[in-house]
Amino acid sequence: MSNTNTTEERELGAAGEQLSTAPREESAGTLPAMGAIGWVRWFWRQLTSMRVALILLFLLSLGAIPGSLIPQNSVDELKVQDFQRAHTTLTPVYEKLQLFDVYSSVWFSAIYILLFVSLIGCIVPRTYQFAGQLRSRPPGAPRRLTRLPAYTTWRTGAGPEEVREAAAGILRERRFRTHAVGDAVAAEKGYLREAGNLMFHIALIVMLVAFAAGQLLKSEGGKLIVEGDGFSNTLTQYDDFKSGSLYDDGSLVPFSFTLDDFVGTYEKNGPQRGTPRTFEARVTYAEGVDGKPEKSVIRVNEPLVVDGTKIYLIAHGYAPVVSVKDGSGKVVYRAAVPLLPIDNNITSTGAIKVMDGYRDKNGEKTQLGFEAFFVPTFAGAGKGTMFSQFPGAEFPVLALNGFHGSLGVDSGLPQNVYQLDSSEMKEFTDGDGQKLKKRLLPGETMELPDGAGSITFESVEEWASFQVSEQPGTGWALGGAVAAIAGLAGSLFIQRRRVWVRAVRGTDGVTVVEMAGLGRSESARLPEELGELAGELHTVAPTAPDATNIPESASGSGSEKPSEEPAEGAEK
Amino acid sequence: MNLAAATNESLANTSNVLIYSSMAVYTLAFFAHIAEWVFGSRSKVGRTSAALAAGPASAAPAVTARVTGKGGATAVLDRPKIVTRSAAGTRDVPDGPGAAGGTFKGDLWGRIAVSLTVVAFLVQAGGVVTRAMSVRRAPWGNMYEFSITFSTVAVGTYLLLLALRKNVRWMGLMLVTTVLLDLGIATTTLYTDSDQLVPALDSVWLWIHVSTAIICGAVFYLGAVGTLLYLFRDSYENKLANGGSPGAFARSVLERLPAAASLDRFSYRVNAAVFPLWTFTIIAGAIWAGDAWGRYWGWDPKEVWSFITWVAYACYLHARATAGWKGRKAAYLALIAFGCWLFNYYGVNIFVTGKHSYAGV
Ligand code: HEM
Repeated sequence: MSNTNTTEERELGAAGEQLSTAPREESAGTLPAMGAIGWVRWFWRQLTSMRVALILLFLLSLGAIPGSLIPQNSVDELKVQDFQRAHTTLTPVYEKLQLFDVYSSVWFSAIYILLFVSLIGCIVPRTYQFAGQLRSRPPGAPRRLTRLPAYTTWRTGAGPEEVREAAAGILRERRFRTHAVGDAVAAEKGYLREAGNLMFHIALIVMLVAFAAGQLLKSEGGKLIVEGDGFSNTLTQYDDFKSGSLYDDGSLVPFSFTLDDFVGTYEKNGPQRGTPRTFEARVTYAEGVDGKPEKSVIRVNEPLVVDGTKIYLIAHGYAPVVSVKDGSGKVVYRAAVPLLPIDNNITSTGAIKVMDGYRDKNGEKTQLGFEAFFVPTFAGAGKGTMFSQFPGAEFPVLALNGFHGSLGVDSGLPQNVYQLDSSEMKEFTDGDGQKLKKRLLPGETMELPDGAGSITFESVEEWASFQVSEQPGTGWALGGAVAAIAGLAGSLFIQRRRVWVRAVRGTDGVTVVEMAGLGRSESARLPEELGELAGELHTVAPTAPDATNIPESASGSGSEKPSEEPAEGAEK
Repeated sequence: MNLAAATNESLANTSNVLIYSSMAVYTLAFFAHIAEWVFGSRSKVGRTSAALAAGPASAAPAVTARVTGKGGATAVLDRPKIVTRSAAGTRDVPDGPGAAGGTFKGDLWGRIAVSLTVVAFLVQAGGVVTRAMSVRRAPWGNMYEFSITFSTVAVGTYLLLLALRKNVRWMGLMLVTTVLLDLGIATTTLYTDSDQLVPALDSVWLWIHVSTAIICGAVFYLGAVGTLLYLFRDSYENKLANGGSPGAFARSVLERLPAAASLDRFSYRVNAAVFPLWTFTIIAGAIWAGDAWGRYWGWDPKEVWSFITWVAYACYLHARATAGWKGRKAAYLALIAFGCWLFNYYGVNIFVTGKHSYAGV
């Protein structure tokens, strides 16, 4: 309805007015003449215009791109560090532009905050306007119905009031909002389109708020557990713990669980040998401080949910059980030591640290450390590589070399449990002065030189690591998402349209019926629907016998179907 | 998952044979479509439709509404007829006569092409189903499987629209060509032996999320074809309206296509119809990610590009409702949006590593 330059078109424009609550575009060129308030108004009007919403949407998708191509701190910090090491010139530039943290960067936040301000600034007046439209009545018939996208007319013997009444009845039956204005009946239908559209946009805000609240209130902790060990949900038990800035530590849900067994199976044959097939953590858990123990299985896609907290299976690996004897033959250390996988076949590395209880052959207190290298399936001696051939424990071998001295754990600096700091230690050597190292099969022992004791590789356990997450707001986010889809469907599949029926007595005393329909844009459904309405009205007010008044341009095909009939319903 | 349910080799081989056979039949359909266009180019009907392009608005096509009133059997002539006219500001150009150009021979070849496409579609669908049976799971574990399902759905949708008597035959040649391209890439570079799934993919959400993703992609593709042809046809109509004369080849091809307004409407409807499904796909993916990885949204590259695609389509829908952005500008946005979808599929799966690393290539 843009160029309303003739009276006739202006009149049609009025009939089509308020078929939607979309803001009308104003030309961007007109700059405000007034002072500060004028500028603010102008800025607000720009921000809430469809054009700017469009540009902001476009910027949002554009701005999301770099984050998918450049490693992100929020996704994988190690990858970011690798990248930074490899690109020393680019890194400072990227850091300035916050390209390693795109989704929390100032500029990305600015785009979506502006968009959502614009969205709110758009929804509020539209809702108000729509409420007004719901209370008001459809506009009266334009003078010349022939100008509308779908039109029909005939002459009938029935009286004008009779026709109008019948038309209003038919329209009401089809759930048009109907009323009589002057010599015509005006009717409108499809308000759900607008309602759906508003619901969609409001749901977007709900989702954003829920997402933001979730980020602020969430907590996420990691815990590695060896088979047979347990965990109870307190802060000190976590290996690592992250939480949103509004998270309250005291609100951890009390529960505990024990990892009874971890089962991993892998494809044994064929080109996909080694591809994982099953990962299952069998656990016994108890809700609350002293709840009844229950059994459950946590799988990759199936977290255990305890009182809103979810426990996910994240990773797994091996923990060789080793025991260490001192010179006197006393067992001073026995533990399953979790090692970290370094490849898909679970070749693993780590450290065994004997911190106290050990005395050397002179009875002096000292500490032992071993570098451990483990393969669940060994290639075989002399086969060159010490890397694992298969992720299942088919031929487990543990390779060790040892140190004595100070582990440096007392220095107060936090230490990586999987790495040995041997700066204050001396390596064990064999008789030839070579570094002492040995490959052990389960049950085998490595003697330490000069009666320093021994270390035995007893057996293999598996470990699994879990992520324990609490994320409030997901219910709201999901509700918002469902409302968004429903609203969207309403907005895109429902048509808002108007129908007018005019009945007047002609000069010869015969009633002339005119019907016309108008939608948001041309649509194949509209003429069809008008045809059905006309057909129904025609049974009440049939064509007068002397009818000669069929419009010339309607001499068309005479076929039973409209000549072209694209996919239904999706039209505006 | 049951380890004993080893993949069934012979079913997998059957599947491969069916896929290759469907390619052979699609190739025949391709040549039949070529014949349709060649015979259609000799038509005179096309010429006249081109002449109409510059005609006045009074040439609005008249449509008789089908009336299904209770009265039933009165003669059609007695019924009031519905006159339609285009909304202000749109060109009143009738649709072209189609690839066959109204010629008998062209139409015959066109029908042969469609029949062959039906056969190829059935064979290809058989290939997808046997593949699924051979692995006893949804056939969507790697890019080979995505690709063969993708083109099956695209052709299926096209045939469905034809069966519903929608005017879509104009896209036959383009569709068959790209299906051959898709299957060619699938069977050569993307081929992966039939196998079970890694545990991360073993979930009901695989059925829900991946199937809707494939449907969306296939239907967005049909929309993109419509948009692309709209742009060509629209500049052709513009040229005619401004008194220019397009080249002989362009004229011969473009005059047979539906009017720009029809193509535009077609692609809008198709895109608008799947946009809610695409929204659902992303949300279903987020729910699945919540179960599998312990977070709903983690800005993984696949997630990012799905989001970008979604925003790009929202842009397109907005553009259509915004004065000054309707028409060609909106169409460019639709093509960009589909480009995002394509990049999300090929680009992200092959070149970018993320948690969605199951491409099998
Ligand atoms: C921020 C300011 C926004 C404004 C001013 C705005 C305005 C509008 C308006 C007026 C419509 C109705 C158009 C019609 O009935 O055809 C609409 C439709 C729509 N909006 Fe928005 N919107 C905004 C933000 C968004 C956002 C952030 C999204 C999602 C990414 C979005 C997605 C849609 C969709 C999908 C439609 C349906 C289009 C259609 O009916 O053809 N909008 N928007």
